[in-house]
Amino acid sequence: MIAELGHFALVLALALALAQAVLPLAGAARDNQAWMAVAAPASQGQLLFIAIAFFALMQAYVSSDFSVAVVADNSNSAMPLIYKAAATWGNHEGSLLLWVLILAVFGAAVGTFGNNLPPKLKARVLAVQGLIAVGFLAFMLLTSNPFARLDPPPADGADLNPLLQDPGLAFHPPMLYFGYVGFSMAFSFAVAALIEGRVDAAWARWVRPWTLAAWIALTAGIAGGSWWSYYELGWGGWWAWDPVENASFMPWLLGTALLHSAIVVEKRDALKSWTMLLAILTFAMSLVGTFLVRSGVLTSVHAFASDPRRGVFILFLLVIAVGGSLTLFAIRAPSLRDGGLFQPISREGSLILNNLLLAVGGVIVFLGTFMPLFADVLHAGAISVGAPYYFLIFNPFAALLIVVMAVGPLLPWKRADLAGALQRLTAASAATVVAAGLVWWLKTGGPLFGVLGVALGVWLLMGTLVEYGERIGILRAPGDAWRRARQLPRAAYGMTLAHAGLAVAILGMTGSAAWKQEQVLMMRPGDTVSLAGYDYRFDGVADVAGPNYTATRGTFTVTKDGTPVTILHPEKRKYPVQGVPTTEAAIHTNGLADLYAVIDSPDDAGAVSVHLYHQPLVPWIWAGAVLMALGGLVSLSDRRLRVGAPSRRTAVAMARA
Amino acid sequence: MTTAPDRPAGTRPRHLLYLLPVVLFVVVAVYFLVALYSSRDPQEVPSALVGKPAPGFTLAPLLPDLPGVARADLGGSVVLVNFFASWCVPCRAEHPYLGRIAKDGGLPIFGIVYKDKPDAARAYLAELGNPYARIGMDDSGRTGIDFGITGVPETFVLAPDGRICYRQWGPVTDDDTEQALLAKIKECRR
Amino acid sequence: MRCALPGFFLDSPAKAGAQGNRHDADPGPPLSRGNQGKATTKAMLLLLLALVLAPPALAVEPGEMLKDPALEARARAISEEIRCVVCQNQSIDDSAADLAADLRRLVRERLLAGDSDQQVRDFLVARYGDFVLLDPPVKPKTWLLWYGPAAIFLLALAAVAVYFRRRRGAALAPPPLSADEAQRLESLLADAGEGRGSP
Repeated sequence: MIAELGHFALVLALALALAQAVLPLAGAARDNQAWMAVAAPASQGQLLFIAIAFFALMQAYVSSDFSVAVVADNSNSAMPLIYKAAATWGNHEGSLLLWVLILAVFGAAVGTFGNNLPPKLKARVLAVQGLIAVGFLAFMLLTSNPFARLDPPPADGADLNPLLQDPGLAFHPPMLYFGYVGFSMAFSFAVAALIEGRVDAAWARWVRPWTLAAWIALTAGIAGGSWWSYYELGWGGWWAWDPVENASFMPWLLGTALLHSAIVVEKRDALKSWTMLLAILTFAMSLVGTFLVRSGVLTSVHAFASDPRRGVFILFLLVIAVGGSLTLFAIRAPSLRDGGLFQPISREGSLILNNLLLAVGGVIVFLGTFMPLFADVLHAGAISVGAPYYFLIFNPFAALLIVVMAVGPLLPWKRADLAGALQRLTAASAATVVAAGLVWWLKTGGPLFGVLGVALGVWLLMGTLVEYGERIGILRAPGDAWRRARQLPRAAYGMTLAHAGLAVAILGMTGSAAWKQEQVLMMRPGDTVSLAGYDYRFDGVADVAGPNYTATRGTFTVTKDGTPVTILHPEKRKYPVQGVPTTEAAIHTNGLADLYAVIDSPDDAGAVSVHLYHQPLVPWIWAGAVLMALGGLVSLSDRRLRVGAPSRRTAVAMARA
Repeated sequence: MTTAPDRPAGTRPRHLLYLLPVVLFVVVAVYFLVALYSSRDPQEVPSALVGKPAPGFTLAPLLPDLPGVARADLGGSVVLVNFFASWCVPCRAEHPYLGRIAKDGGLPIFGIVYKDKPDAARAYLAELGNPYARIGMDDSGRTGIDFGITGVPETFVLAPDGRICYRQWGPVTDDDTEQALLAKIKECRR
Repeated sequence: MRCALPGFFLDSPAKAGAQGNRHDADPGPPLSRGNQGKATTKAMLLLLLALVLAPPALAVEPGEMLKDPALEARARAISEEIRCVVCQNQSIDDSAADLAADLRRLVRERLLAGDSDQQVRDFLVARYGDFVLLDPPVKPKTWLLWYGPAAIFLLALAAVAVYFRRRRGAALAPPPLSADEAQRLESLLADAGEGRGSP
């Protein structure tokens, strides 16, 4: 009954989305206020019905209603409650429902809080958002109905893939989707602006909070996913350049570029066409990611079960949305005239370089991900692209970007004195050289990229701090510094935090990739082994039982120079329903490094295969990502960005008053 | 705000530049479409050995009354080489088709037992029947690697000159696949 | 559906202990990446390559490892570049799949037989095609991959340069003064010096 209710709600939502898509668009073209006014309530109604559908599905999962097909395929009565709830989006149909839910949230948010938008722009933005919703709701109702019933219902479900039975599942997909789908707002704004034929500083102001919110979520989602795979998959790695990982990285790269080019549009009325293109392409990458995961053209850990029919539908959506908007771009963008002029060496110039490098990064990831597919289509023989390629090709551009990142914020708008800026970075350069030298000396024989990575991270960190210090005049007028610090706009703090966060993350990535140490050996109870100054004593294994699994649990006592450090309990679990074993790594962190232990089941003689890792600086990767997201949040909370540019009428009125 | 002066001559190339994104997108979309309709399973790794001579190998026999398989036994006529194992479920599904293919194609099938226990393999054949003219045992899987297999079952069509004509990835479990394989065998004869 | 044991999630059934008496034997000196021998430049470069490439490895079983640390390091380095063809985006060094284990053993065998690193790679490519290399080879079909990004970057820089030149062209002709401004200019110049007013 509830499932049918949910189904019906989806149909109603589709009807509302159609209304939201067609009427406001026509109304804006014909200056019909009534039609334009349909947009906001339609968006709110759509959210209401999709939310009903979503919670109906969740209810089916939580109550273990196995007559609903997706619940039978992905859940089990013995599963803990939190995973039953999270399983709602752990499959193709449910995750699509989450997709449209977040789409509706953004639409309703603009509908409700976007009162300072000019009516025509608002109507068009919501109309485009509605069009996207129509596409995805139709997709769901026609090919991927989450509420399909099974008759007769099975006695119990097929269980959720044990790898997904983890708190990370509750967090990672919704966060990611908030990011992916959030960029739909920037897309809608861009398309609306292109239809209107006008892009100005006000547009950039309005678009920025939504883009920033999506960016924060995507950053958190990607970092969360990376952390989850680190502790869940048991091989100590945190990024595999898997096609679907790449599918989340591409919108992130383009979204970061978009955030920065929107600044130029806002402050200097320039880079308009490029920003439009970025807004379209960022969301296009989100859609391509959706296509990748659900069409079956590429295999991946992340791929849902493939069905070419679904793939064709999504491709159709892609062609209409992206093809249509890019055609609109080709027609309308040439008439966008840029305003402010600037020299190549200037803050605008550095932002252009930033955008270029991020875009090339996106191209690299795109090529690496899709080249195997294209080579296959052309019958050019199979090629495969893995981590070594990205390391060699992506990193140099990233390195260049980081170098520029420390200099850019120090440059003024319009025209800058590069030599002067570099001079102000003398301290940062010195710190970089010292750090590199230290690493070279401490880690002799280690890889070169370790030294480079530390140098880049320190350079960026110091450069960011120097810029902040200059802004508050800490050396110039120390007495005033505190006052200036309090008066600095939040967006400035946001930038400092985000850039510093990236620096910290880079240090973390370097540490782990360059100086990871490992021990691989068989151990019997009582055996001891040393790794990176720590002594690990294997104390044996025990059989334990969890709510829906059985496990072999090992115990390691870790000491350093005799002082106890920690006790590690890695596990090898077996989930009976799906018969899939998983390894649960035991991780201990002291903030500077991770001790990571994995075991395999004991062999006939009682010896256990043990893999121990020492991962320096790994926690900094996620600490850095948290800083970046925090920086974004701080920037988002800046009232100036959310209020948007005041309308001319109110400004004049205030002047008269 | 001043309006920029009209640009007569320079605008055409600029306008074409704006078309570049949509053109590139169309190219990519076409690739995606073709990829969707290609019937190839994305997990299938194309064989690197098609058109090349079969690798050298000599495998001990499984059954006392049936000879083993070696490179020397290939050549002279079109032959099928089928990798299988008793622990392989799709191999069981494929099994009934093998005898038919041997008959309709008019060619012998050589079986290679891949990484299996001899007793288990013998029991498998006793249970399901034996369509093979020769059977060899590849305990270590090294011959399989030499043939570039990634699992079982995989079936190779070998030409009379000992070259690999075609590789069937995955089991033959329906009439369509069977017909396709028979067609390839016929092609190979020419 | 086929029977290729997907490496990613499954136990490696061929544990070291099951392979004869391997578990009794000395598993060899523990491989600690921090203390590598500093033998020849070539070894250093290989090590550099090894440490440059993506790091982690769960799947190497103690019983597979070679006694000679330099050879073992070469084996690990090569393994990290070889794709596990039955897995999803893993190297044979990372994967617990049966086939990955077989290929790891094969790599070590070839090294023991005296093959160079390139010969080992060629051996595998002869059987599985270019697909087995995680680093795509530099052939015409992969030029776009290897040279594309740099080419696109340079092209884009050129486009930006053109953009700047065009805009500077527009800037060279400043907008004409409005009537008001022209008057102000006249009076300012008249103030500035007698006889040096506007012509």
